[in-house]
Amino acid sequence: MIMQLDDTDRRLLRQLLAEPELATAELAARAGVTAATCWRRLERLRAAGVLRGEAAVIDWRKLGWEIEVSLRFTLDKTNPRAFDEFLAAAREVPEVLEIQTFLGRTDVRLNVIARDIGHYQQIYRSRILTLPHIADSEALMLVSTIKDSVGVPL
Amino acid sequence: MIALDDLDRAILRALVQDGALSAGALGRQLGLSQPACWRRVRRLKETGVLRGRRLALDTAALGFGVTVFLGIKLAAKGRVSLQDFERAAAAIPEVQTVQHVLGMFDYRLRVIARDIADFERVLRRRIMTLPGIGEVEANVLLSEERRPGPLG
Repeated sequence: MIMQLDDTDRRLLRQLLAEPELATAELAARAGVTAATCWRRLERLRAAGVLRGEAAVIDWRKLGWEIEVSLRFTLDKTNPRAFDEFLAAAREVPEVLEIQTFLGRTDVRLNVIARDIGHYQQIYRSRILTLPHIADSEALMLVSTIKDSVGVPL
Repeated sequence: MIALDDLDRAILRALVQDGALSAGALGRQLGLSQPACWRRVRRLKETGVLRGRRLALDTAALGFGVTVFLGIKLAAKGRVSLQDFERAAAAIPEVQTVQHVLGMFDYRLRVIARDIADFERVLRRRIMTLPGIGEVEANVLLSEERRPGPLG
């Protein structure tokens, strides 16, 4: 179900996306609506499932996790349980930050962090290569993130 | 590098679940006084461990039903400026993420579109016209989950 937005909703969402920490009163002021309207609109967006809450973002580098690797896997799809078993096992690896499945040349992608290259090698050998049903894998090491937003062209 | 104790880790675990939790609510969850909890959260913010909040937005409910990850190889490395490519890619409204990577691609892009036809428009008009663009591989996102990470 696609929610129809009006200009007020769009203004609110744009401000909120730019700065999720904003208090309702400040958000209302920036979007040019009253606090009551702002609160009502946010409730409507939550009820419609557009706004699903918010999560704190951890800077893992600050905690000594210097390496981030995007690991792309092709799975052995002759086994019908391949996806489920691979995903269940991947969830058990604490260093995995993101799990995504795809339609395309890549079946699954894991975002993995490690303290340094030596640590990465250790995780890769003992926890990643041992995941079930891997047919092929490729690694992309993150150099820098230029843009990372959850924004949509409203 | 910032050292964390078990309480800090518990605070991070709770805030990754719900970034809007107040210090009072968080303290009650963890058996910590509101001021003590607030001080710890402030330290995590000041040291940059807590980098802010990410809105969980259901883009499909807003009409953007397709998310595609692109692996991009630059065609003429050394002859195109990475900055030019990065600036142009980041300026595309449908591009949510631009990452410089090492491996079989040079860049990873996360692109959202209303549907596959809309994605084709973005790909042809915006992506294939980026300065220095070479080979492009596209994978359509089917599902996605974020994990709490190594927080003990």
